This record gives sequence, structure tokens and C-alpha cells, in this order.
Amino acid sequence: MLARRIIPCLDVKDGRVVKGVRFRDHEDVGDITGLAARYAAECADELVFYDIAASPQARTVEPEWVSRVAREIDIPFCVAGGIRSVDDARARLFAGADKISVNSPALENPLLIDALAREFGSQCVVVGIDSREIGGTWRVHRNTGDPDKTVSETRATLDWITEAVERGAGEIVLNCMDQDGVREGYDIAQLAAARALCPVPLIASGGAGAREHFADVFAHAHVDGALAASVFHKGVIAIPDLKAWLMEQGVEIRP
Amino acid sequence: MTLAIIDTSTANIASVRFALERLGVEPVLAGEPRQAEGATRLILPGVGAAGPAMARLDASGWADALRRETRPVLGVCLGMQLLFEHSDESDCAGLGLIPGRVVRLDPGADGPWPHMGWNTLETVREEPLMAGVAEGAHAYFVHGFHVPQGPHTSVRTRYGGPVTAIVRNGHIAGCQFHPERSGAVGAQILRNFVRAKQ
Repeated sequence: MLARRIIPCLDVKDGRVVKGVRFRDHEDVGDITGLAARYAAECADELVFYDIAASPQARTVEPEWVSRVAREIDIPFCVAGGIRSVDDARARLFAGADKISVNSPALENPLLIDALAREFGSQCVVVGIDSREIGGTWRVHRNTGDPDKTVSETRATLDWITEAVERGAGEIVLNCMDQDGVREGYDIAQLAAARALCPVPLIASGGAGAREHFADVFAHAHVDGALAASVFHKGVIAIPDLKAWLMEQGVEIRP
Repeated sequence: MTLAIIDTSTANIASVRFALERLGVEPVLAGEPRQAEGATRLILPGVGAAGPAMARLDASGWADALRRETRPVLGVCLGMQLLFEHSDESDCAGLGLIPGRVVRLDPGADGPWPHMGWNTLETVREEPLMAGVAEGAHAYFVHGFHVPQGPHTSVRTRYGGPVTAIVRNGHIAGCQFHPERSGAVGAQILRNFVRAKQ
């Protein structure tokens, strides 16, 4: 049986892993390769490397960093941050990334998703979506790595998920911004609504604070994986303990 | 022992190379068969669509060379699928080293398409690559097309039905999953390939 995935995310800014609260006030939480190697050794199911300053600064995550991390780890490795073209993606895949995640650049140019899927296959193409409720509707945000440059889109989140999948996205990571970094649990309502219309793997992001939050999001939103950052970086939850507990709860998990 | 990675310019070559380097093996990248002359075994990696990858193997001379190959060969993911006779993805001919067809995977109620994530390995007949790997161990799969279980399937997983996880026809073998990204289990499988006597 396919296991539910536990996915630590390294939000990287200026060569260090950082973490904010609701996408603001980032603090330094550690060294990139050190954390990557630790999570792989702890049986994390995948690692996401997200250069959060790339899109706001009009840069792309550096292939050299991708290689440094890819050499260290023996688990799937997804890279995000300012990837704007097929060539940008190719350089990161050839540097050792397994998947490419696009967020702001896909909103600016949705055809990017089609082009990446055609070139590398849908299994390589993840669409990250930053979403927050505005006036009763979940709406997409972009350039969320820098609060001064964050833009609220007119697009509704659920419409954008459907469009991204139709264009060839092989996985959706839904970052629920109101929950980000506050550790009060995943946004089950939003994720369940996304699950109902998302035919490809769906990853929950934003809000993990306790092991029960992981069990809840698997049981009630039926997501394929749960991504978290601060609880892992700060040692609030150890991945081996979390996985052992989830198995006791009957969740299909890779030990 | 030298090992050559067949360079089809697809995207997981770096991951495969890094995984071998972690095992202490320095592979040669071989865009053409003559670059692999000194190698004692070959890995055919691959991600993406079957059509373009087969076209590159034909153009580089690797397709013909592989059909005459006597050294141990390990195909990985798309590289495994290319070992078969035909792929419904891109509707193209494969290398034909193993009888069978690559068809679109139907997950049924088991989950979304494509099959992406860690799934369990079940041995269906003796497989040297599984030495030291526990029954039911998880490996990392990412694919939308697959080879249904057939006479050459040695290890399977289940996703909508039995899915070939490892295939073998003599010295020609392939993994549908990514051993280079399957943690300690994948490292053991690669180690078994690197150390195989054959």
C-alpha cells in the first residue's frame, strides 16, 4: 500500500534555513546541508528545498545548492524558488533535483506548467500554491517570500488547482497561509475542498504543531503527504517518533 | 569494477551518480557505447516520456548496442520501461530486451494518478537485487505508466493491481522505483547490482 508522506521543508534565504510566522519575521534555524542530511537519516519521505527569496528578488535557486543537498540525501528531493523556464528547471534537475516546484512564476505565466510537463513529464512538476481566505473565498497569493512584495491574486485557489492539473501538474502543494508557522493544525476544510477536486497527489502545508495534526489531516483531508518546517527544525516533533506514533494510529507509513 | 551510466540526457542522472558515489563507486557517463568500453556493468536511468528517450538511444547507437549487450544492465524507472517491447506512452517501440508492454497505470481506488510515493516490495520469484532487503520494505515510485505483472516480474508492488517493481531476464534487470532515492533499501539494491558476480 502506498504510504502517506512526511515531508520536511527547508525554507532557505541567503544560504541559511529560516522560518517565519504567517510568512513574516523570518529567523535563522540552521544549516542547509546539515538539516537535509539529518532529515534523510531520520527517514523523512521527501525533502523540499524552497528558496523563498528567489521570486521576490527575481532570482532562481542556485544549481550549486541543489547539488550540495542532492549529494547528501537518498530520499526524493523537490526544489522550488523562482524557476521561470524549462532551462531553469533543466539546470536544477541535472544538478540533482527530482522534482521542480513552481509557484509565483506559474501564476505569472501558466503556460510554464504545460512546458515543464511536456519536457520532463508531469511526475517532475509540482505546483505550489499559497492560499488565504479573503471575503469567504480561498484566494491565491504570490511572491509570499517577502511580505512587502506579496500580491493577492484574483484567482480562486480551487480554480487554480483545477487549471494547474489540467496543464500537467503532477502534484499540488497547498500552503494554507493563515495556518503557517502558528502550529495550530492544518486547514482541514480548505485541504478537504482541494482534495475533492484534485486528482493528482496533494500535499498539505501550513499549521503542523503536534502529532495529532498529522493524523487529522490524513484522516479528514485524505492528503497524500504532510509538509512541515518549524516543528521539525526546532525539534518540537522528531520525525521517527511521529512516524512510529502514526503507525500505531493505523496510518500507512514507511517506517 | 567500473560502471557506466548511459547518458540519455534525462534528468535523474545526477541522482543516480550521487547514489553510486555514496557507495564508493565512481561511474563513467557514457553518451555513446564506446565510452562504456571499460565498464563491467551498465545503468540505464531515465525520467520523462518514452518517445524522446528511445529516439536518443537510437541516435547515439545505444539502442543497437544494448540489443547485443552481454554485461549486466539495470534500467531505472523509464530506463526499466525502455527494456520492454512497446510503450503506450508515446506509442513507441522499446528496446525489446524483455517481452511485454508498458501501459497506462489505472490506480482504481488505491489513490491518485500518477503513482507517486513510497510503496511496498513483494518478491514473487528469487531476485538477487533483493539480497538483504526485507519483504515489505518501501521503495520510492514515481510513474504514470507501468508494466503489469508478467513472467519476468521478480518483485511487485500494488497500486490498482500488481505493478512490476523489479523485472529480470537473465543479465538484463530493471527497477520501476528509484533506488537512488529509496533510502537504505535503495542503497542496498544498488549495492547488490554493483557487487553482483554475473
